[in-house]
Amino acid sequence: MSEAAPESDVGHLLRELAPRVLGALLRRSRDFAAAEDAVQEALLTAIVQWPASGMPRNPGGWLFHVASRRMDDRRESDEARRKRETEVAAQAESFAAEVEPGALEHDDTLELLFTCCHPALTPPSAIALTLRAVGGLTTAEIASAFLVPEATMAQRISRAKQTIQSSDVPLATPGAEERAKRLGDVLHVLYLTFNEGYASSAGEELQRVELSTEAIRLTRALHRSLPDHAETAGLLALLLLTDARRRARSGPLGELIPLDEQDRNLWDRAMIDEGTSLITATFAKGMVGAYQLQAAIASLHDEADRAEATDWPQILALYQLLARMSDNPMVALNHAIATAMVHGPAAGLRLVDSLASDERIAGHHRLDAVRAHLLEFQGEREASIRNFRLAASRTLSLPERNYLMTKAARLANGEPCKTLRS
Amino acid sequence: MKFMLMMHYAGKGPAIYTWPPKDIQAHIQFMLELNKKLAAAGEFVDAQGLAGAEQAKIVRATKSGPPAITDGPFPESKELLAGFWIVDVASEKRAIEIAATASAAPGLGGERMSIPIELRQVMGAPKIET
Repeated sequence: MSEAAPESDVGHLLRELAPRVLGALLRRSRDFAAAEDAVQEALLTAIVQWPASGMPRNPGGWLFHVASRRMDDRRESDEARRKRETEVAAQAESFAAEVEPGALEHDDTLELLFTCCHPALTPPSAIALTLRAVGGLTTAEIASAFLVPEATMAQRISRAKQTIQSSDVPLATPGAEERAKRLGDVLHVLYLTFNEGYASSAGEELQRVELSTEAIRLTRALHRSLPDHAETAGLLALLLLTDARRRARSGPLGELIPLDEQDRNLWDRAMIDEGTSLITATFAKGMVGAYQLQAAIASLHDEADRAEATDWPQILALYQLLARMSDNPMVALNHAIATAMVHGPAAGLRLVDSLASDERIAGHHRLDAVRAHLLEFQGEREASIRNFRLAASRTLSLPERNYLMTKAARLANGEPCKTLRS
Repeated sequence: MKFMLMMHYAGKGPAIYTWPPKDIQAHIQFMLELNKKLAAAGEFVDAQGLAGAEQAKIVRATKSGPPAITDGPFPESKELLAGFWIVDVASEKRAIEIAATASAAPGLGGERMSIPIELRQVMGAPKIET
């Protein structure tokens, strides 16, 4: 045993190690719930023992050993288990050195992510399970982040585990092709987790900010495991470049502040620099994907010191690439905005109108809001007010509704229409 | 004791969309500050605003066959739930006080709106007899 470790270091290390130990256990057994219980018990033992008696030389091996013994013990009789319990922790140090080679490699976090972002799960379940098993958040913390009762979240997580256990989809991912697809699922879950926190981080629901931070932490870990995977790097860059603007995007009472009106001094320079150099380096490798394109667009916004200095022609070019790559109406809508910024509001409105027949987005408040903004740019006050009010009545976000309603009211009150060259 | 405060659309007077911006701002600010005050007093349990009535639906099972689904918007004369608070307070008197505060939210021209607030106690465990 080495010298005694300060408690905070132990906590930090355990949080890093727990998902890897869980991942390693799950390669031996499909029983998610039992594996997680075993890891929890091993962590508890570590929390009690390590600060007192010192950190083992191979903390991961120690945890893996204790946890896998706990799992084996579960299968034995209670009698035998009780007898053994006291011995296991004592033996762990000597056993840890002999842990089978490769039992605890860095890839275990990745394997665990594959498991938690399982295709049989709905996105909310996958997010919850990922935060619990990989992120190490408590059920209470996750419940509070999603504004649901703790019992509800506990049940959601436990059902997710059962779904995985009874699913036909293999836990460990076999071929390269399946692996690539599952990795796409993982990135999507991390993206949704971030969004869940970011989109609602205004106003009364400040606690949800934690979800964004956690999503970035997990994406960072994934990027460390797969430094050459371009879309993982792209997603990390996108999250950093988006989160960098968080402090500027809402006022003291949670009111939304649009990009062009934000105080850019509030943007987080360090995050922007990290995101920008990451996306620049990734782009240079030449395997461009949707997350990378979105990150590149975010970085162009972040690099402009004033809204008027935004490089819209470049952003438009990137949206054109993105639109070709994905059949997503939201991308098409953003493409329409960029078009308006470069070729004028009329050109943008033509694209918006062509989208109105797409039933995936018709009736969506974003379509009405974009139309309202572009009509305002054109000086069509009455039509703009109508569309802002329509968007306000359709949005499901309170800060957004307040913003759109206020926009309409200002125009109705005679405030001059914004123009593109003001 | 817990109470649910249900705020209804008054259904009369000009819609908030048509107010001047400063009146809208004052109204929104008032509501956000009310929630902050309730939280600071340790009385806040939950508060939610509901999406527009245009998106509302009424669903009824039929005796046999598929359910009957009625789309909004519903007739304007009908009072509709716009949002609610759940508060945990020491007395009904305090719940009434909160409801009265919410009802007096500033409206057009900064005048009190007198929003109808339906106050209902939430049922709980039986009282322990001593």
